[in-house]
Amino acid sequence: MDVAIVGVGMHPFGRTPSMTGLQQGAAATRAALADAGIQWSDIECGYGGSQDAGNADAIVNEMGLSGLQFTHIFNGCATGGSSLHAAYTAVKSGEYRNALVLGFDKHAPGAFNATPADWGIDDWYGEVGLMLTTQYFGMKIQRYMHDYNIANEALIAVAEKAFHNGSINPTAWRRQALSREDIATSQMISHPLRKYMFCSPAEGAVALILCSTEEAKRYTAQPIFLNAAAIRTRHYGSFEVFSPSQPVAHADSPTVIASRAAFQQAGIGPEDIDIAQLQDTESGAEIIHMAENGFCEHGEQQQWLRDGHTKIGGKLPVNTDGGCLANGEPVGASGLRQVHEICVQLRQQGGARQVPGKPRTGYTHVYGAPGISGVTILSR
Amino acid sequence: MNQSSTRSTALFTNDRYPKPRYIMSDCPIHPNLFTWPAENPSLLGGLCEHCGEVSFPVQSSCRSCSGSGSSVIELGDRGVLWTWTVQNFLPKPPYVTDQTPATFKPYGVGYIEMPAGVRVESRLLTADADKLKIGMPMQLVIEPFSANDRGGHNLCFAFDIVEND
Repeated sequence: MDVAIVGVGMHPFGRTPSMTGLQQGAAATRAALADAGIQWSDIECGYGGSQDAGNADAIVNEMGLSGLQFTHIFNGCATGGSSLHAAYTAVKSGEYRNALVLGFDKHAPGAFNATPADWGIDDWYGEVGLMLTTQYFGMKIQRYMHDYNIANEALIAVAEKAFHNGSINPTAWRRQALSREDIATSQMISHPLRKYMFCSPAEGAVALILCSTEEAKRYTAQPIFLNAAAIRTRHYGSFEVFSPSQPVAHADSPTVIASRAAFQQAGIGPEDIDIAQLQDTESGAEIIHMAENGFCEHGEQQQWLRDGHTKIGGKLPVNTDGGCLANGEPVGASGLRQVHEICVQLRQQGGARQVPGKPRTGYTHVYGAPGISGVTILSR
Repeated sequence: MNQSSTRSTALFTNDRYPKPRYIMSDCPIHPNLFTWPAENPSLLGGLCEHCGEVSFPVQSSCRSCSGSGSSVIELGDRGVLWTWTVQNFLPKPPYVTDQTPATFKPYGVGYIEMPAGVRVESRLLTADADKLKIGMPMQLVIEPFSANDRGGHNLCFAFDIVEND
């Protein structure tokens, strides 16, 4: 049995000094309830999380103490994807008729500063300056570009596309298009990645209302069906963040295995997807993820970017809302923003950024520390 | 000695550690990372008793076969640069430094593939992106990193480009 998304709500990503992360979560929840035409008191269960903005189950203090089952989830960068997966299984099993999925966050400016002990690593690793996600992303794409003969122009093209899409998305944080030169001459952060190739920790919230397919038409004329949701962690041999060492043996990344599992569940393949949101923590991540999710071969990305295949209007538009690069990354909400954008696109509500040709299928992919991926496949 | 401006002096201070003269108040930043004191120090790793996989740092349980029990082995002092980047901004804590954004000097970071079959993440003594090449040979060095509470230094490992190899 498929599960339907019947309501979506967002508090725009960026910076909202006047609101806590939880208040942003409540704003997104109210928007999703209104979109579905359902009352808070009728929501049977909820799953949600944040990294830096407190416990998601405190949402009842904002929304009302309705007695629903609410589970706080924290699962690194896949927190939103994991919350969605939990709600999906709860509804799919028949245990609950509907579910709220909530992600929100509010991070301080600047790169994340993770604590080694939280990730099972001894303190020296952080003290000597190795506990930085930015370094990892630089080293990962450095090796990938070496292995697959990809040039800097590909990194620049991804960022240029993201900020263009952001410039036509009224809820994006970064709404100024950037030229290739702006990107190519921006401050070097971690070779080969420059300032405008990285997303920034941010604030924002997304809420989704799920229900069984049978009940979907009660709430909306345009339900979006969740055909698959899969979360996978890393295998031994996958090159992941916060790794004092890695084996020489190679294993498929968590993205590859989550993607395969999701396609298998949905019974379709990458060629059947009309629009995709792929994790773009930085430009290099989007390039790697185009291949890891099965949309092209490793090494083909540069030509795809030259041909504009991933632009709005291309054969597989990617990150139509500007992705993490233009929206920033509030960890708890980021994966749910991708699902929100697919729903907007499949409902033909994308305005200036609407993908032409009435897309029928969408794909989302969130990835991050400590080596975890969440994939969903959606259709109308 | 190469004192070019690209050599990181972030906290791997100035002169290379004197060999074989050891300063008693200096000690490794963490046990079991490398042999010390030693005239020719070697990185240390763990060898899984069940499947033979090599870990770094030494880990008693195996990430490959889920087994428990390992022995400590020497990983050697030479490897090959597998990938690299340069840290171009001052990290937040837990990074230990007395530098400010204005005095910060970038430092190199890379993974060094050791002959024992493990790639070890390490600070690099050069931060010059033009000098770092995937596949180049790298040499282990042990350097003073930060002040310890005994009036000496915490020593940490790093890798340097092999000159005239």
